[in-house]
Amino acid sequence: MKFREFLKENMVYLDGGMGTLLQERGLKPGEYPERWNITHSDVITEIHRAYYCAGSNVVSTNTFGANVLKFTEEELDTIVKAAVGNAYAAKASVEEDVPRFVALDIGPTGKLLKPLGDLDFEDAVEVFAKTIRLGVKYGVDLIFIETMNDSYETKAALLAAKENSDLPVLVSNAYGEDGKLMTGATPAAMVAMLEGMGADAIGANCSLGPRQLRGVVEELLQKASVPVILKPNAGLPRAVDGKTVFDVTPDDFALEVASLMKEGVRVVGGCCGTTPAYIEALHSETAQYRPKPVEIKNITVISSYTHEVEFDTTPVLIGERINPTGKKRFKQALLENDIDYILAEGVNQQEKGVHVLDVNVGLPDIDETVMLKNAVCELQTVTNLPLQIDTADVTAMEAALRRYNGKAMINSVNGKQESLETVFPLVKKYGGLVVALTLDENGIPATAEGRVKVAEKILATAETYGISKKDIIFDTLAMTVSADNSAALATLGALRTIKTQLGCHTSLGVSNVSFGLPARDAINSVFFALALENGLSAAIMNPYSVDMMKTYYAYKALKGMDENCAAYIDKAGEFQSLQVKVDGATDIAVSGQMGKSATEIQLSVEAQASQLQYAITKGRKEKAGDLTRELLLSMQPLDIVNGEIIPALNIMGKGFEEKTVYLPQLLQSAEAAKSAFEAIKSHMSGSEKTADKGTFVIATVHGDIHDIGKNIVKLLLENYGYHVVDLGKDVPPEEILQKVVELHAPLVGLSALMTTTVPAMEETIRMLKKQAPWCKVVVGGAVLTQEYADKIGADKYAKDAMEGVRFAEAVTNI
Amino acid sequence: MSQVIFVKTYEEPIFCEREILRYAGCKKADVGMEALLKECIEEAREKLTYKVCYIELPVTIEEHTCDFDVFRVQSEKLTRYLRVCDRAVVFAATVGVEMDRLIAKYSRLSPSKALFFQALGAERIEALCDRFCEDMATQFGQKALSRFSPGYGDLPLSCQKDIFSVLDCERKIGLTLNDSLLMSPTKSVTAFMGIGGDDGPHIHKCSACDMKNCAFRGML
Repeated sequence: MKFREFLKENMVYLDGGMGTLLQERGLKPGEYPERWNITHSDVITEIHRAYYCAGSNVVSTNTFGANVLKFTEEELDTIVKAAVGNAYAAKASVEEDVPRFVALDIGPTGKLLKPLGDLDFEDAVEVFAKTIRLGVKYGVDLIFIETMNDSYETKAALLAAKENSDLPVLVSNAYGEDGKLMTGATPAAMVAMLEGMGADAIGANCSLGPRQLRGVVEELLQKASVPVILKPNAGLPRAVDGKTVFDVTPDDFALEVASLMKEGVRVVGGCCGTTPAYIEALHSETAQYRPKPVEIKNITVISSYTHEVEFDTTPVLIGERINPTGKKRFKQALLENDIDYILAEGVNQQEKGVHVLDVNVGLPDIDETVMLKNAVCELQTVTNLPLQIDTADVTAMEAALRRYNGKAMINSVNGKQESLETVFPLVKKYGGLVVALTLDENGIPATAEGRVKVAEKILATAETYGISKKDIIFDTLAMTVSADNSAALATLGALRTIKTQLGCHTSLGVSNVSFGLPARDAINSVFFALALENGLSAAIMNPYSVDMMKTYYAYKALKGMDENCAAYIDKAGEFQSLQVKVDGATDIAVSGQMGKSATEIQLSVEAQASQLQYAITKGRKEKAGDLTRELLLSMQPLDIVNGEIIPALNIMGKGFEEKTVYLPQLLQSAEAAKSAFEAIKSHMSGSEKTADKGTFVIATVHGDIHDIGKNIVKLLLENYGYHVVDLGKDVPPEEILQKVVELHAPLVGLSALMTTTVPAMEETIRMLKKQAPWCKVVVGGAVLTQEYADKIGADKYAKDAMEGVRFAEAVTNI
Repeated sequence: MSQVIFVKTYEEPIFCEREILRYAGCKKADVGMEALLKECIEEAREKLTYKVCYIELPVTIEEHTCDFDVFRVQSEKLTRYLRVCDRAVVFAATVGVEMDRLIAKYSRLSPSKALFFQALGAERIEALCDRFCEDMATQFGQKALSRFSPGYGDLPLSCQKDIFSVLDCERKIGLTLNDSLLMSPTKSVTAFMGIGGDDGPHIHKCSACDMKNCAFRGML
């Protein structure tokens, strides 16, 4: 019998702990248990055999840490071969009274993935793939990915399993006392991602005893449409006479696990501290249980690395601002590879209350695949919102989906054959909720009926790819009402039919409806309300629009989705103050200067100017931006920069050097100056460029992941007018050299925090001196000294960020 | 002697604002700085965890080698530190990955806040280690216990590998070691803690350290 068949109809008993048993038999702390497959193959086989005899249907090979990070490829091959051999030897030695299987055990790599650690996602996939290929080669029946405490690493392992075998894959995570993974994911978020990628069963193991895992298991049971696994520890360890003893006995363990089997857990076993006695107790306690059928939940859901967002009765807001269409400043940011600008858009929208961020970075002159992948990865370092990957380029779509940590929303597929054939395989492989546009080769049907027909075709095709209806969300296409008076009606009609008759969720890019009309917010927000009333599940919208947000909260309050109108009341104050600000800004623009004499105007401008200096020195970010925008109505940008911003920066820089200003104060004023510059940039966007004193390439060296010092230097340099090319952290020497040569950059700044990474700095300098002799290198970081800097051949050691700025000025003034 | 790796989770240690400001390079704080600091503490505190895993090992000393039975370390300074001890607690502590997330996020959005989170993280992990040391002092019936970390004096960072393989840090507390021997999450500490002798060994935090140009030297 194949494992998948067995899993369908039966309770599955896995095995118990291995590590504690090996310690009892002499394994030393720090010794690799995987080597015992070869050196103590009799011991390993005996343990497997004991589990089979105790009632296990599945034993896992002793390969928890068997990967190429710990062993050479040759040794890994021998270890996996021996491990699988030991399990099969055990299987052969017991009676064939029940179906028995051998699972390839896959534990975590022991490394944290980038950006928080130093293992690249693709490298992690390859590490897992190497072990999995060996397991497949030596004939395991299934793959058991376990004890993963990071969602991203779990994804890498599952992807490797799917790409290298057709075997069933069980995936189990280690949840903490807070009911989440170490890196923050909830059980529901894990179900969303793992089910999307096609895991055969999902569950929890290790870290805690069965009682403490109850909450996690209940959440898994509530969300999962595949069997749920529970493989807990025997409670917590304590030492008795130098031996590890766990505080839950086999009988208590059996009772606890049994009660969760009654609630629906289908795959059970034990982890640390459990022995064949635990499995035997569990088996005899539950031998008469009938497996509870797994319910198909039909939950439409996406997830990030921390949480899930469900599409249910409460409408979901998708922020539309990460998109260059019609935004000069955004286009400029993309062309300059200014990721920070994109990140700020993400965080700002999150603060406005959206639930998902749409990410569209398509522009004719850039490599969209690289940009989209980077944007998705970087956004996931500053926001935990799920993302909607928005692109027409399937290569870019796949690159982004692959790297995305969670189950993404995908924008979009449509009824055209080519689109269906290229996008659906990606949805199937990586998981995702895909937005389906109701158009096909014949264009956008003019009527609601026509659009519903396209939707039906899309659903039928999805089924052939094994993509369920719940993972498709229809966009019935908001068309401009100014071009066709019946446009909104067709959209709304199709929306209603798809929701009520096809039973699918819907989404709309709301703002499209008002193209070409004045006062667009009014049209948008009423259309939004109408769409919600016709069953809209999600809107791609502008969260900065007060009208849209008002509509959203008012709608929820009116539809009984906002208990005591609490959310509405909470937001009302914000709406009012925003309205005042908007009106106020108009006053200044329209009438601010009217009825005043020339001198009065001049005086007020001067007062504002010194206010700007004051705001910057005091580090008032918002104020500095607002004042600059006001000044731009009457002053030349360059005069503001030279007359106000630079003097303010100089005051602070000098103060810092004289030790009257501390680093945090210097940084706050630098941030305020940055927001003033940002206002100027938006104002000038597309026309001329701001002053550029030269290109400064900056990086934290290979092996080092500390970048706060580097970021501080970057901020100050930008304020002083340098074009800073930030290569990030952990950057190989070759990459730095390549960029310097490509840009013929006159200046390079290198940062290192640890003594262990100074050699990488030295190597970088050596390469630069040889192949880019024109360029001056300035170094900094906690471990560096003047002496050290001289030794490794740097042109300058800067003890702090200001010294770096001064050096840059000295070099570029020559 | 037991071979058990224990895991402890502590309650939030009391915040020392002066210490955080010191780490941030701020000798005197104005109202703005204090407000920013409070904001950072509030944003971080719900996200931090305080976890330690440790094992007790026998120690024998031969010249400049400390033999912990399951691994050996060459270091004159460590042998000097442990010379009165017959056992040592080897531990790893971390305040978790969320601190790194905050630092990474704000280093892109607001370096001044990133600086404060960095300082806050440094203060938090030290506070956790202090708390753990007090705890161990009580457990082993000693007045106070000091700690000695890889990177102090001549104790090489390479012994991190031994510590990690013995403590199973990844599984126990989610702490990993990078190829360059840095730890992720970064706000983490590994150390040896000598047990035995009349009152355990003592070191002054700065005297064992070779970082002569350290901005904080003598300030502890």
